[in-house]
Amino acid sequence: MPFELFVALRFLREGRGQTALILAGTTVGVAVIVFLTALIGGLQDTLIDQTLSSQPHVVLMRPERVPRVLPPPPGTALAALVERAPERERSVEQWQQVLASVRETPGVLAATPMASGAAFASRAEVSRSVSIRGVEPESFDAVIRIAGTVREGRYRIEGGECLIGTELATALGLAVGDRLRLATAEGRADLFTVTGLFDIGSKEVNERWVLVSLRSAQTLLDLSGGITAIEAKVRDVFEAERIAQALGARTGLASDSWMRSNKRLLDGLRSQSASSYMIQTFVILAVALGIASVLGVSVIQKSREIGILKATGTSTGTVMRIFLIEGGIVGVVGSVAGGALGALLSFVFQLSVTNPYGESLFPIALSPRLFLVAGLVATATGLAAAWLPARRAALLDPAVVIRNG
Amino acid sequence: MAEAVLRLEGVVKDYGDGQVPTRVLHGVDLELGKGEFTALVGPSGSGKSTLLNLMGLLDRPTAGRILLAGQDTGRLDDAGLTRIRGRTVGFVFQFHHLLPEFSALENVMIPMMADKGRPDPSMAECAGHLLGQVGLSAHLHKRPGQLSGGQQQRVAIARALAMNPRIVLADEPTGNLDTHSADEVFALLRNMGVRTGVTFLVVTHDPRLADRCDRIVELVDGRIVSDRPNVKG
Repeated sequence: MPFELFVALRFLREGRGQTALILAGTTVGVAVIVFLTALIGGLQDTLIDQTLSSQPHVVLMRPERVPRVLPPPPGTALAALVERAPERERSVEQWQQVLASVRETPGVLAATPMASGAAFASRAEVSRSVSIRGVEPESFDAVIRIAGTVREGRYRIEGGECLIGTELATALGLAVGDRLRLATAEGRADLFTVTGLFDIGSKEVNERWVLVSLRSAQTLLDLSGGITAIEAKVRDVFEAERIAQALGARTGLASDSWMRSNKRLLDGLRSQSASSYMIQTFVILAVALGIASVLGVSVIQKSREIGILKATGTSTGTVMRIFLIEGGIVGVVGSVAGGALGALLSFVFQLSVTNPYGESLFPIALSPRLFLVAGLVATATGLAAAWLPARRAALLDPAVVIRNG
Repeated sequence: MAEAVLRLEGVVKDYGDGQVPTRVLHGVDLELGKGEFTALVGPSGSGKSTLLNLMGLLDRPTAGRILLAGQDTGRLDDAGLTRIRGRTVGFVFQFHHLLPEFSALENVMIPMMADKGRPDPSMAECAGHLLGQVGLSAHLHKRPGQLSGGQQQRVAIARALAMNPRIVLADEPTGNLDTHSADEVFALLRNMGVRTGVTFLVVTHDPRLADRCDRIVELVDGRIVSDRPNVKG
């Protein structure tokens, strides 16, 4: 064991009260950082998760056709009144190739074709305006986790089968196995058997979505083998906008991302993160001041010992390293204890604050990275906070210390 | 005179802020030979401790040269001074100045560990042997707080000899002890001087103890007023 470590450990061990105080301060500081970050991170994850439960991260559509006015001949003026023609052809061209290319794009986890349009769903005399969503069940579930939200029946959409939300089922008085009529404004209609009821956590989606097979939707919406959009899920949700723009530029399709359509949520999350960083900064500052002041007091108390060490051949650099090691040890031990305490606090809080169904209201997001960062911050803080006291110790004049007894 | 271990040439020491410096030592010349056992006496405020700090390289002179084991110490930087101090000079202070956090054995090992950078078993063996020589074999693992004043000073003597120094500087080593312990500790110092051949310089107020040294140097107002061999020593 190096001499500096030997002396630093002994000083820490023998100054029990001080060491306990300084360790408690660092531990609580690290625990607060871990707990708050886990809590805020957990809340943000949940918010994002809930927001994205019923929408894809990225959507690619056929771009809108914008009518152009031909330039008038030279020397003439033109007053043009442009009326947009109704969009008949809405299908994405060459969608199979585009879909394959989207799936191969780095950062994209899954992509699915979508044929959607408006229709009326009716049973007996009751009807509701709905959104037909023609999907490939497997790839659609990979983009929007819906199979797990099926409350009754099964997640199966083949031929004349459909899946509807629980709210629509209530409105139309439908149960699994009942038949439902879907009719478009153009007059095409078909009958579908309800195979399952889903509850995706959004009232609007539960009321409006009718999931049918891709082929059925293409027939009903007169898309003749085409699709209206490609929907994709990405690995890092905050990369969605960048990927959407890149995909839009590459395919020539209009692109959209959840980040654009949920700008307010994103702004809210950003300000929440900013306040979290502020809290962490002040906690780190408080921990640093705590370590520096206790080590500072310790240097003053130990000035006699430092003088003796220097008089008996210990170099200035060695004395400095002794106090830096003390700060580093406090940082490391405080990080480990604080990490454990922070994790414990998080779990206790998660278990104790629940809704009437026993589900936690405060989900937490603990990751190894969080512990690593908190630990590194505390250790660096310990070293930085020890710097000034260590310098002071190193510069002590042994002759003065010894003369003063 | 025997080979010089320490030589002071015209050593001057001023204290103060430069505007009105106070001269504490006025051109001190002194030579201490190998194995000599010298007493430095003088009234309070005569500059004894200042002279001792300069000899021990704990402080630098304002003017003059200090040669330790033939080396001009004025040319050394702080790290060089620390190194040569650690290897050549042993200290025994009035208030023993042991580290309360460490056992007697560890206190004796400190200079060796500071020099080598890490503890090793041979150091414990050497420190144990030294503590045995000062009669503390039974107290190796006791902390300074568990030892009497005389025993603490014995540990300090063992520590001063730990690096096998060329010279041991003792500042009132018995000043804090009762007469019986003072006699014992002084006898031990004398005995260790004879056994090891190390040069000893002992600052003392006690004429009875000074009388037991080979040579008596008297300092008054920062000047050596007498330097004589002591036949009784």
